[in-house]
Amino acid sequence: MHVTVRLFAALRDIAGAGSLDRHIPAGATARTLWDALAADFPELGRYSDVTSCAVNEEYAKFATVLHEGDEVAFLPPVSGG
Amino acid sequence: MASAGGRDRFQVTAAALDPAAAAALVTTAACGAVTTFVGLVRCRNAGRDVAHLEYECYEGLARKSFERIASEAAASWAGAEIAIVHRTGTLQVGEASVVIAAASPHRADAFAACRYAIERIKQIAPIWKREHFAGGEVWIEGATADPDDEEARREAIARACT
Repeated sequence: MHVTVRLFAALRDIAGAGSLDRHIPAGATARTLWDALAADFPELGRYSDVTSCAVNEEYAKFATVLHEGDEVAFLPPVSGG
Repeated sequence: MASAGGRDRFQVTAAALDPAAAAALVTTAACGAVTTFVGLVRCRNAGRDVAHLEYECYEGLARKSFERIASEAAASWAGAEIAIVHRTGTLQVGEASVVIAAASPHRADAFAACRYAIERIKQIAPIWKREHFAGGEVWIEGATADPDDEEARREAIARACT
């Protein structure tokens, strides 16, 4: 199935794109997707322990099972204000 | 106390911020106090001369985060109404990056709710700033965003009540 990945700030710089279409196996979780991205872009690895994720514009756990058409955002440590 | 505004109390914008307009979004006849917080781009950070900042935002989730923060504040300080407007794009030194307005029947709750909101924005709002300084540029990385982290919430409440 296909999902849309959104990447921000340093993660976007590493991947070279803020939005990516990815094909993932049925039953994949946000963790599965992150691990696949980190395999493609090894520099993402150093963000594995400090990155948050959101599914369809709601904060979500990495254990969340994804569905066709989901928008999955990976968020490095925030610095608003 | 009746809400003074709807979803437009939570905004992300590339336009210059207007603290008075934010205050007007939350002020009603029941308010005895309205506090505004204005966050500014300062000229020095971490020993560097700041040239300008560039703000990036995940807009849909940012507005929902602001809404969540306002609900949390209303639960802690009865009757507190909050508006949050955050800038995106390139900001020069001296420009406002965020405006928070907190209204309440009484001043203590208005001050506390306003302080709480800025602490929570720094914890959970999906917004990032890139600092451009003399000789380079760097993403500023603060907190790992987790709205369900109760320890972080307690810390924000403690700071609000200091």
